[in-house]
Amino acid sequence: MALASVTFFALALIAIASAVGVLIARSPIYSALSLVLNLLSVAGLYLTMNASFIGVIQILVYAGAIMVLVLFVIMLLNLDALPSPRSIGWGPILGFVLGIGLLAQLLYVMLTSFGISLEAAEPVTTAMAVENGSANTLGQILFTEYALHLQVAAILLLAATVGAVMLAQRRFA
Amino acid sequence: MDLSGAFTAMWADLPAIFSMLIVGAAGLVVILMEAFQNRDPRIPWLTAGAFGLAMGWEAFQLGTAPDTAFFEQLRTGGYAAYINLLILGAGLFTTLVSPPYLRRLNRNFGEVYALLLFATVGMIMLGTSNTLISVFVGLETMSVCLYIMAGLLREDEGGIESGFKYFVLGAFSTGFLLYGIALMYGTTGTMHLPEMAGAFPDGVPLLFWAGVGLVIVGFGFKVSAAPFHMWTPDVYQGAPTTLTGYMSTASKASAFAALILILFFALPSAQASLVLAVLALITMAVGNVMALRQANVKRMLAYSSIAHAGYMFVALASGTTAGYSGALFYLLVYTVMNLGAFGVLALLEWDGMAGRKQTLSSLAGMGLERPVLGASMAVFMFSLIGFPPFGGFIGKYYIFAPAVSAGLTWLVIIGLLFSAMSGYYYLRVIYVLYMQTAADVAEADRAPEGGFAQPAWLSTAAVALCAVLLLVLGVAFSGVVDVTEMLFIQADAMAQTP
Repeated sequence: MALASVTFFALALIAIASAVGVLIARSPIYSALSLVLNLLSVAGLYLTMNASFIGVIQILVYAGAIMVLVLFVIMLLNLDALPSPRSIGWGPILGFVLGIGLLAQLLYVMLTSFGISLEAAEPVTTAMAVENGSANTLGQILFTEYALHLQVAAILLLAATVGAVMLAQRRFA
Repeated sequence: MDLSGAFTAMWADLPAIFSMLIVGAAGLVVILMEAFQNRDPRIPWLTAGAFGLAMGWEAFQLGTAPDTAFFEQLRTGGYAAYINLLILGAGLFTTLVSPPYLRRLNRNFGEVYALLLFATVGMIMLGTSNTLISVFVGLETMSVCLYIMAGLLREDEGGIESGFKYFVLGAFSTGFLLYGIALMYGTTGTMHLPEMAGAFPDGVPLLFWAGVGLVIVGFGFKVSAAPFHMWTPDVYQGAPTTLTGYMSTASKASAFAALILILFFALPSAQASLVLAVLALITMAVGNVMALRQANVKRMLAYSSIAHAGYMFVALASGTTAGYSGALFYLLVYTVMNLGAFGVLALLEWDGMAGRKQTLSSLAGMGLERPVLGASMAVFMFSLIGFPPFGGFIGKYYIFAPAVSAGLTWLVIIGLLFSAMSGYYYLRVIYVLYMQTAADVAEADRAPEGGFAQPAWLSTAAVALCAVLLLVLGVAFSGVVDVTEMLFIQADAMAQTP
């Protein structure tokens, strides 16, 4: 149990630190590499929670395929590092304060709510978690209960593809 | 779950999503047709046919009892049919007025119609959703299509601003919505809206309210409620005008429908009322005050649509069945008048930049030169103010009356004052269209000689039909109101007998 908590907090800390890194890095390459680290540590979180299928997909699709694309785009567009900010206006400062305020509220709500237990739901055992995280269970749910959503999501992807090609490549003359 | 049983159940549910199937399939066919022949002239007709067919089907479903389909993911029956009719009707109108307009902008591609159809699929899913997953998938499908439509005028800086702003802020607001959905699911353990209300026999935890708050932020963005409205004027101004009309009506109708479903089924407590009332107050104030000083008509209509979202929140704040059914009726009226107003603007557009540079004064005297368009625009403007013989008046009555019975008299008085104020900017449009001529206008504001295209008869007829419909809704409204009230009585009965 102690080991599980230690891994959880270690991975969570890495995830948060790398997410902050994505935001504050001035060079797009460092940003992208921090994002890879973030995605990998989140995949690790999934694996420790026995959601093995999602964990593996997270590494394959996000940390692998999508991040390669992102790095390619950065390379092809030849993006330079942003210049360091000289002065910070009131807008960002106000936004920062409001953001911290929202974060504090949500953290407070989270901390006060740790005691909530779902009476209706039965406690999750390790065996249940392993079964729920498997590709078999996920596939069954995806093609029965959420079959319609799967189809509509397919339409969403098609629309995004068609739109991207149209906006980027269509000859408007 | 038994797989073959599941597939039989899905097969039996197919008729319930008939309009989604037709519209989605038509979108796929349109993409294929465009791939074989560029700018195939049959594409708009096919699109209109799909919308018309789906509308015909939904019209017969209006009286059916509420039920759910696809493992309780979607709602069917009267409520769904009413919302779907609204969305599909907006789609049909947009398809009828768009081809000549897009041809003038050199954007009459099949892809635009395919995106219109796909967006409609998402809206149908959103407006009839029974689970939070359906809300999310439907909302995203709709939004992605709208982002692309907003950025259609790619080489115009207004078009780029419109598409980019909508996309970035939309993605940001989706984050809030998802976080809220996660918290609601985490505290209740269910995605199904009707089960959420009964999840807390002893007191609703704070975490659930945090989730509700974040979900309301997400929806507030989509329906452009202040203070989440910043994107609206810029996006509406830079997008092609007929598509702006579609964005401002169908997407709001389905988002409000989903919000009503969430409020009605998942939160039957009065605690949300004050939040919604404050949201209504801010939204009405921002929309009406900012609309006063707009020189561009599209921008003015964008702020006016913010103001109307505020009126709708007044009805939602009352939290009663009458309030919700009033909001449904107002959605219908709002859709008809806004579609029509944007349609007229599209037909009176001369700058080739989706009306971004066009001031109101440049339209001086057009009311007399294009009598049908001028008269229709006058009807839309009077109806937007809420003038008696038109649908807007009845709509406002059914929104404000339930709020008074719910004890929100202060909000209603403020709402009425703001509607009186809105008379200034709506009537100014009529004044410029009829009482001024091009000679009265400063040189810089004047439209170029022969800048106004001759409107196509079909577009003019569609706009005139909207005006007639508003008159009919203003006189023979009782039938529609009966229907919207019936929908909630049935839903109530269903909620009581699980």
